[in-house]
Amino acid sequence: MDIRDLDNYHNMELLRFTTAGSVDDGKSTLIGRLLYDSKSIFEDQLEAVERTSKLKGFEHVDLALLTDGLKAEREQGITIDVAYRYFATPKRKFIIADTPGHIQYTRNMVTGASTANLALILVDARKGILEQTNRHSFIASLLQIPHIIVCINKMDLVDYSQEVFDRTVSEYKKLSSRLDVKDVHFIPISALKGDNVVDKSENMPWYQGSTLMYLLENIHISSDENHIDCRFPVQYVIRPQATEFHDFRGYAGRIASGVFKPGDTVKILPSGFTSRIKSILPLHALNVTDTIDEAFSPMSVTMTLDTDVDISRGDMIVRENNNPTISQDIDMMICWMSERPMMANGKYAVKHTSKDARCIIKEIRYKVDINSLHRLENDKNIGMNDIARIQIRTTLPLFFDSYRKNRITGSIILIDEATNETVGAGMII
Amino acid sequence: MILYNLNHLRILESEAIYVIRETAAQFERPALLFSGGKDSIVMVHLARKAFFPARIPFPLVHIDTGHNFPETITFRDKLVSEIGATLLVGSVQDSIDKGRAVEEKGINASRNMLQTVTLLDTIEENKFDACLGGARRDEEKARAKERFFSHRDEFGQWDPKNQRPELWNLMNGKKNIGEHFRVFPLSNWTEMDVWQYIAMEGLELPSIYFAHDRDCVQRDGQILSASEHLSLRPEEKIERMHVRYRTVGDMTCTGAVLSPASTLSDIIHEIAASRTTERGTRTDDKRSETAMEDRKKQGYF
Repeated sequence: MDIRDLDNYHNMELLRFTTAGSVDDGKSTLIGRLLYDSKSIFEDQLEAVERTSKLKGFEHVDLALLTDGLKAEREQGITIDVAYRYFATPKRKFIIADTPGHIQYTRNMVTGASTANLALILVDARKGILEQTNRHSFIASLLQIPHIIVCINKMDLVDYSQEVFDRTVSEYKKLSSRLDVKDVHFIPISALKGDNVVDKSENMPWYQGSTLMYLLENIHISSDENHIDCRFPVQYVIRPQATEFHDFRGYAGRIASGVFKPGDTVKILPSGFTSRIKSILPLHALNVTDTIDEAFSPMSVTMTLDTDVDISRGDMIVRENNNPTISQDIDMMICWMSERPMMANGKYAVKHTSKDARCIIKEIRYKVDINSLHRLENDKNIGMNDIARIQIRTTLPLFFDSYRKNRITGSIILIDEATNETVGAGMII
Repeated sequence: MILYNLNHLRILESEAIYVIRETAAQFERPALLFSGGKDSIVMVHLARKAFFPARIPFPLVHIDTGHNFPETITFRDKLVSEIGATLLVGSVQDSIDKGRAVEEKGINASRNMLQTVTLLDTIEENKFDACLGGARRDEEKARAKERFFSHRDEFGQWDPKNQRPELWNLMNGKKNIGEHFRVFPLSNWTEMDVWQYIAMEGLELPSIYFAHDRDCVQRDGQILSASEHLSLRPEEKIERMHVRYRTVGDMTCTGAVLSPASTLSDIIHEIAASRTTERGTRTDDKRSETAMEDRKKQGYF
């Protein structure tokens, strides 16, 4: 296989996925194998890892050392943070957000999951569904990752037994029926031996499905984007100070969702004025006359409008008859990411699309036990790694959709105004 | 149903432009760090697209070690005049003359470490609050942990263990007075993506990226360019070699590779078959296992 088919790169897609797991479930081995088999590990990287493994007295090459970049991580043998890895096949470029399984797991998993199209969940065939499988699956569902692949790993250690596989699948289905997950696939693999990772396993003739690599390359992702609800948060207003473009006013931003075309009647929020799209600069060419017929998410574009209206950063351009919710009272699920606990009635800065505002925590409704998925109605202490349902009131109306419908206009972050740290990741209900 | 698809390069482009615009919107005095290398050339191209038809609303900043390849400087000056950008040059020689930095001694002396002093001084003098750079996460293991918006304290230091989580596309650029940010719009690009993008967009590059004949010295497995800045060991001799550069840093610490690749398409094929990373040609990274992490903590690029 020519990994980087050079004539094909104009047609390559991009898939972002997240992996989560604890130390022993073979996650590093699996990632190492995907990188190695797609020729994404280079000789100098491999040599460095081999050298370090030998110095530490390991019998095998520890592929986890590839992702552990910082001194403290190598010293302590832990991963502190989300590590991003890249590999490509002729069909797709992949971005892996690899998140560690230790203490700060929730904070890191949520961060990695926030931009992922797919979650890879590893289950040890000998152990079946564990508490951490619940946790990972809950976060994947909370963050609305469109696709989940459950890899039932270490099949070599259970004699490649179909019965073990079937039992684990039905156990998982019981769990996922309580969650909001859309597209789940199951693959029996051995990351160590390579069964069903890139090549089809000869040890499991009873398995008729695809290999992991085939699924990663072919899973249908083009409908993951919302191409129905038109939302264009204005990020920056372009006004060239040049005689040549004296009257030019361009509204720059990345399309959050939907499809925009020149001639479309649009509404500007919060003013409520309507106008029509005059042209869309696609940025493919540095030329004002080279405009395009339609623009869709996640394209960064610059729009011009027919009429002169007052628009600034934080405003949103939408279609006339399809509007987001406009409100200052917002219900959300929140993942807390700071050592300083959430302050009931506390005030925080918020960022939502291109808009900045402030908010007050009006109500903490309940906390979720992410292992049992139970609601803890009486526990209102929200600390690091906790997930809770809350209501906030903002200083300005925000234009939002439910996170379930729109991951861009439905997401929000809370910032501690004393430390400037990002402390909360909110998903609007 | 109609399908709306973008290829991976357009998605990366769109993401980078989003980050560049976010920088211009959230900060008062941004700047783009420009080395004359391929990544910073891609950065300038993306910045032009981000604000077109207006000009790039911030200056380009070059930290000049005085040990640059002459081809890079020629290219830099031509590009700047073509696009009508403002160029600020921070000079390492000035920092040495003022006593802010001390020249390294020995056969492998390099001004690489000294750049940090000049960079931080330039940031402070101009009160830059955000510096855009072309660093990528695939380049080096410490860089793999970087954020798009990377916070630096009032000493310009990076605290890798205490970084802000970056969620969705929501960038938090809030800071106290005296602190600044480094911004890396190409975080998710790989070396191959950069080359494919350069080919797709038809971007011009300095000639040293393409195969040419050059007087070289072989040292510790590296091919270094002979120049007035490189002192030779007694046993070393100058050879004429057919080479090109995969990355462009200082003449004293950037190694060339033997290569016949004289077009972008040749280079893409060569990289596809390559079994070493581009940073493998940089002696500045090889000083220790954590050379990059240590320099980054002090405020390096």
